Parts: sequence; C-alpha cells; structure tokens
Amino acid sequence: MIITETTGAVDTGRAARRGLFRIMLRNPLNVASMIVLALFALLAIVGPWIVPFPPNLVRPDLVNAPPFTSEFVLGGDLAGRDILSRLIASAQGALRSAAILSVVSFALGVSAGLIAGYFGKLFESISNWLFSVILAVPGIIVLISLYTIVGTSTTLAMAVFGVLVAPSMYFMVRTLTRAVRKELYVDAARVSGLPNRRIIARHVLIAIRAPVILMTAGLAGVGIAVQAGLEFLGLGEPAVPSWGSMLTDAFFNIRLAPEQLVWPAIALGLVTGAFSLISIGLRDALEGTYVKPSRRERSRRIEAVRHGADARTEEARESPPVTHGPEPDGTLLLEIRDLEISYVQRKAITTVVAGVSLTVREGEVVGLVGESGSGKTQTVFAALGLLPDEAIVSSGSIRLGGVELLGMPETEFRALRGPGMAYVPQEPMSNLDPAFTIGSQLVYGLRAQNGCSRTEATEMALAMLERVGIHDPVRVFRSYPHQISGGMAQRVLIAGAAASRPRLLIADEPTTALDVTIQAEVLDLLRDLQQETNMGVLLVTHSFGVVADLCDRVVVMRDGRVVESGPVRDVFDAPKAEYTRSLLDAVLDHAPARGELNTKEVTRA
Amino acid sequence: MILYLLKRAGAGFVIFLTVTGLCYVLYNIRGAEAIARSLLSTDAGLDQIRLKVVELGLDRPLIVQYVDWLGGTLTGNLGVSFASGQPVSALVATRVPVTLSLIAVSLVLTVIFSVLLGVLAASRGGAIDRVVQGLSVVLGAVPSYWLALVLVIVFALGLRWFPATGFVPITQSFWGWAATVTLPALAIALGSTLGLAVWIRSSIIDMQRRDFVRTLRSRGLSPRAIMYRHVLRNAAAPTVQILGLMIINLLGGTIIVERVFALPGIGSLALDAGQRADIPAALGAVTFLVFVIVVINLTVDAANGFLNPKVRTS
Repeated sequence: MIITETTGAVDTGRAARRGLFRIMLRNPLNVASMIVLALFALLAIVGPWIVPFPPNLVRPDLVNAPPFTSEFVLGGDLAGRDILSRLIASAQGALRSAAILSVVSFALGVSAGLIAGYFGKLFESISNWLFSVILAVPGIIVLISLYTIVGTSTTLAMAVFGVLVAPSMYFMVRTLTRAVRKELYVDAARVSGLPNRRIIARHVLIAIRAPVILMTAGLAGVGIAVQAGLEFLGLGEPAVPSWGSMLTDAFFNIRLAPEQLVWPAIALGLVTGAFSLISIGLRDALEGTYVKPSRRERSRRIEAVRHGADARTEEARESPPVTHGPEPDGTLLLEIRDLEISYVQRKAITTVVAGVSLTVREGEVVGLVGESGSGKTQTVFAALGLLPDEAIVSSGSIRLGGVELLGMPETEFRALRGPGMAYVPQEPMSNLDPAFTIGSQLVYGLRAQNGCSRTEATEMALAMLERVGIHDPVRVFRSYPHQISGGMAQRVLIAGAAASRPRLLIADEPTTALDVTIQAEVLDLLRDLQQETNMGVLLVTHSFGVVADLCDRVVVMRDGRVVESGPVRDVFDAPKAEYTRSLLDAVLDHAPARGELNTKEVTRA
Repeated sequence: MILYLLKRAGAGFVIFLTVTGLCYVLYNIRGAEAIARSLLSTDAGLDQIRLKVVELGLDRPLIVQYVDWLGGTLTGNLGVSFASGQPVSALVATRVPVTLSLIAVSLVLTVIFSVLLGVLAASRGGAIDRVVQGLSVVLGAVPSYWLALVLVIVFALGLRWFPATGFVPITQSFWGWAATVTLPALAIALGSTLGLAVWIRSSIIDMQRRDFVRTLRSRGLSPRAIMYRHVLRNAAAPTVQILGLMIINLLGGTIIVERVFALPGIGSLALDAGQRADIPAALGAVTFLVFVIVVINLTVDAANGFLNPKVRTS
C-alpha cells in the first residue's frame, strides 16, 4: 500500500530542466488525472455548500433506499443517510489527510535531503541511518497503536504517517541534490562567493523542483489510501463522513445492498489512481521508459526507413569518399558495402551510418578513425550483429569470408561469433558481468563456441590469461570483476576475444579508457596476438597515434560516412579530404614544426 | 559476509527497539489511571483504579516498565494480558498460524507471479508489456482492502467459490485452509505482484542493455543462457532489495485484510487489544510483527550477500 519504489536511482536534474511537466502533459492519462484531482480539490472546498442534504441527516424511511428512487439520488445507507451527500462531504477529510501527510513528509524529507545531498559528511551519515530506520518501521502498526490510544485525531495520525513516509522523499532529494551539486553552474556560483543558503534556494531547489512536486503528489495519494484504510478499520472520527467508513457501512450491508460499496470504492479508486498515475508519469518522464517494439512496430519502422531516406544519405551518394590507389591484394575477410543504419523515433528517421563501405583482408590491420558520433561503433556492431533492437539496417551488405551476414538466421550467426570474429570492447569494467568470476565468464564463452568440457575450457582460459600477460592467472581466474584493475580487465577481455582464435578481431577503442602507460602495453599485446595468428583486425579508434603504431590501412569516418581511405602512409603523407587534414593537424606530433618566434608580428600585435 | 550479516542483525535489533519503544510510549501516553479505568467496570471508584494501577505496575516510571518488559520479552516471556490474565505468548501463539499463513502465501504468490510477469513483459514486449504496466497502475492505485472487498463480492458472495470469512488451520484440513487463505492472500498479493513485476521488467531491460551482455553475445552465448544465467542473476539483487521494502507494506495490508475476512490473526489482536488498553497483548502482537519484519529483512540481506559478490567478498 505504501510503496516507496521511487527511492531508486533517479536521473539528475537534467530531465527536470527539459520541462518535465511538458513531457507529462503529452500523455493523455496524466492530463486526465490532473483533471480528476482538480475536480476533487474543488469538491473538497465547495462540498459543504453543494451537498443536497446534511451528511449526517437520518431519514429512517430511507434506510438502504436503492439508488435513483428517492430524493437520495444514490440511495440511503444502513442508517438512512444520503449516500451522495456523504460521498461529497468525504472529499474534504481526504484532501486534508493528503495535505497533512504531504506537508510533513515534504518538510522533513526535502530539508534533510537538501542538507545531506549538498553538504554530505556527518549530517548525511546520521540522516541516512535515521531515515533507513524509519523506512523499516511498519507504519500501519504504529498508526494503529496511535489511534487506539490517542483516540480519533486524524490530523495527528497523518502527521505521524508523514514522518514514516518521509524517507522516500529524503532519499530522492538527496540523490538529486548530489547530482546537481556536481554541475558546473553550481560550482561557478560557489566560486563567485554566493552563500550556500542562496545556492540551495536559487539553483538546487529550482533544478529539482519537478520530481519533488510529483513525488509529493504520490505521497498525497498514499495519504488518502491510508486514511481510508484506518477509517475502514473503524479508527476514524465517527461523526465525520469518509470514504473508508462508508465502505465499512456498505460492507456490513453487503448481502442487502451490495451496490452501496460501489460509490465510495469508485471515489477512492479514482482519486488514489489519479495521484499514483501522476507519480508514475514522473518516473517515466525522468527515466524514460523503454518499450520493446512489437514485431509489427518494427516492420512499420523498417518500411518508414525504406521510403524516407534522410538528407544524410543523399549527401553520401553525392560526395563519394576519397581513396588512395586500388585496394591491396589478399583474401577478403570482412567486406562491408553501402551499409546504412537508421533509427526511428516518433516517426523521425535518423540515419547514423549512410553508405559505408570498408574491407579487411586476412592478416591486415585496418584502423577505423573518426570523432565520437561518426558512426564507427554502429558500423562494427552491425558487422558483429550486435546492434540494439531499435536499429534498422535498411540497405547494404556485410560479408565475412564471402558469406552474407545481413539477414542470416540468429543461430547461424551465433556460430560465427567466436571462431569467425571476436570483439574487444572499449570500457573494460562495464563489459564484465559483475555477478560471475572472471574464469566462469571465459569458460562459458569457450564452451558456447566449441562445446568442450568444463575442464578443457578451464585449461584453455588459464593458458589464455597467461598469454595476455597476467602473472597470476589462477588468482584472476577466481576473482570477481570488481577485484581487478581496469588494465587487467582489458587483458581479460582480450583473452576472452582471442581465446577462440578468431579470423577477425574487432576492437572498439580498446585503449581509450586506460591509463597512458597501460595503453602501450595493450597495443603491444594486440600486435603480438595479431602476428601470432595472422588474424585480420578492425581497430576502431579516434587516435591517429594508435593508427600510425598498429595499422596497415586506415578508413576515416565522419557523420556516418567514409570520407577517406587508403594505406596509412599515403593518408598521413597526403591527406586529400579536408576533414582528414584537420584531424591530422589536431594531432600534436603531426603539427608542422613551428618556425622561430616572429618578433615583428608579436610587437605589431 | 558474516560480519556483514552481524551488522544487519544489529540494525534489525535497533529497529525492534525503536518500534517497540515507540509503541510503548504511545500505549502509555494517556496515563496510568485512564488505562486502569478502561480495564475496570464503569462504576469502579478511584481507590479501585489506584489499586489496579499498582497491581499492573503502571505506577513505575515508563523507562523502568519498558526495560522490565524488554527483559522479559528477550527471554521469551511476553507478560500477562491485562484483560484476560492469560500469558500473552499463549494469546499470540493462537493467532500466529493465521497471520503467518497469510504472509507466507501472499509472499509466495507475489514472488512467483511477479517474476513470471516481469520476465514475460521484458522479453516479449508489445501487448503483454502494456497489459502488465497498465494493470500495475490500476492495482497499485487501489488499496488492498478495496481489492479484498471486490474479491469477497465476486468470488465469495457471487460465485460462492470460497468462504467469505473464517479460518481453518492447515493441521485440520489442507483444502479447508487453502480455501480460507486464498482470497485474503490474493487481496494482499495482487497489488505488490504487479508492482514488483514492473520493477523486475525494468531491471531486466536495464540489464539487457548493459555492455557486458553485448560482450557475452559477441562470444557466441545463446540468448537463453544470457537471459537466464546472466540477466536474471544481475536483475535479482535490486529486486530482492525492493521485495524487502514491499514486505513491510504487505504486513500493513495483512492487518486490514484480516479485518475484512474476519480472520483471527495478529492484526486483529493488535487492534482489539489496543482498543481495550490491553498493553501487554498489544505489544505482544507488535513484537511478533516486528520480529517477522526483522527476520525477513535479514533473509533479504543474506540473499543480497549471496547475489552480490561485492557484498560477499568485502
């Protein structure tokens, strides 16, 4: 009943600034809930003036009167009171409960959360502990003991309950504040000498306002449900009508007039439903819910892409890439032709790879260079068949050893991963499953590839760990990913990829996330492995240094297109495309030697 | 790992002290004489009331009373009921089977169906996903006693599949027990099942989009091995944590649902004893409920330690 799901990680204030309310208003359900709540609030305020009868007026002749037969429009209850009037009059109590609960939890949770998130340190440790204790207190038990003793003070009960639900507000505000605290503009405000009090009020509070308001709405809904629950248990003020006590009255009557249950149930369901819809709208708008597209939706998107290629594709067709001489001889290993990858979102088509062609031969190391967002990674994921579900490969061809990969059944494709081609990812730590030991992950992979026994696979994995330069393979084999360093993790991932002796190794920025000293070691390792097995390597990188060090040929990508390709030396010596030139110029070691200081110009300036 | 569990057990004890201490204060807040008066007949004189206060030990300072009660409770002696003179432990023991049945059955229902629905919604997507999400909003919005009422109307009064009220112990007749427990357990479990299913769904989707899943796929692992071995395993740890939080709410639901189905459980003991100012009996009920919560939290912590190597190896 009092679910505190929203305590989980919530995205930073970014979504809040994007106009959370506007995102929410796009959803008709959210709009409907807001209307329901507005009507409910109106009813609570004007209720006393518009009730047809005083809610406690007893008409003995109308006891259990059926609806729509007398002046009691919705009928009379077991004591002969007007159900419609009681229904309307109950709104006020419900609204008051909601208000008290949300004000108390807001005051406690927001203030403590702001302080803890902003200043951290001792206050945070103490308040974290305190709020987790409160979180574990069974609220309803405390409320019941409170009610039975103090009697029938709804106000007090809701205030106490406000304290009990404050942890969900506290943990959310603390997380949000901590994120905002790290933002540059907050730093700037601190440096400029603005007092913390003003920064919190002016910057932090504004940034986190939307989720806080919406969580308050969620808690208000909880307040109404809990108040009705207590009333239902007979713990309310008997003279004050409420949906909960109406439910109890109707429940006594269930055999005589079951329809009496319907009215308070509808009222309660509508209002608590509206509140919870709003807080769910909050979660969706903050975290963005991903819904796996149905098969029909997928084919609709593919159709959309086929019919409406965007400007980028046209551009690609018009300006073909610059090539340096003919492609070298040798057996073709990987051959990508005119690859096009698009994403469809809200009917808008984004083409991230537009007409890319590239080849890798046996024993050849090809560098795929370009700035982030140029489509390099999408291209190699397409080759590996590992694009996300939403990606649509609308045209082109990808062949491995002459066999077309696009449209290949998943089971056949799976057999190619490992012995056919293997993948070394960019970020070592996030590419190891945190729940399994290094060894078991390697063993699972080896057994999936060649169906060998566990012992054989273990031996192979240990040998491979040693081969990639890990000094204590047995210890690493038994370790969990969080127990090893990033450089070690990257060696493990290279071991995982190379263990299957692939014909083609695809490495996606394998050194970007590593320390400079370890980068060189990992590159050496890749080179050694390549020379040992004569495998083809497609090396994605944004560093021309890495290309110069390792590659035979280079393919330069920009905005989803290939702009230039050729042997490394030719491209470096005489870059033809302007983009390649600017990239090369940006690399410090390739910048032309600066001339002597031109004193004339300096003095003139 | 052992140190971690000991720490969590210590935290559980703190919760026990906090809740029972708080309830002790709340129960005594209206003063010794008022409590004594409510236990005596209405024409009892002041002398009689004073005598009763001394007899029940209510004249001692609150902290002394609490420490006394705590000492008894920790050694298994929950005291004697103010109202009936029976030992509270006997009173609680008669109620435990009812509440424990409700908690156990609704917990089992919640876990089984939320995992099923969550996995289904995450892996199939499309219509199933939308139905699960929609149901979770609807069922999450309505309080459990509301659901209980609907279930009573439809299945007990309408279809007459199940009895509307009462409880049959499992020792007496399994099917009788199952019949009396099904509707209340459903009422308690429905909301949390859908809530948890949506939670499981999003953590599965979250895990499926993690880098390591792609890397495992690149090594030729089958989708089934990835889903059942790696994705579910990684989604389990946060799910268990949320389940722990939900159980506290589930207990609150139990107390109210017991009332709807007129079940003689711990919840009704807490309510009745509280209203009659039978402090030892009420505290006995609270102690049992808090004990259940602490045990469940410890189980959750142990499960978390088992599922999360970072916790286990530190």
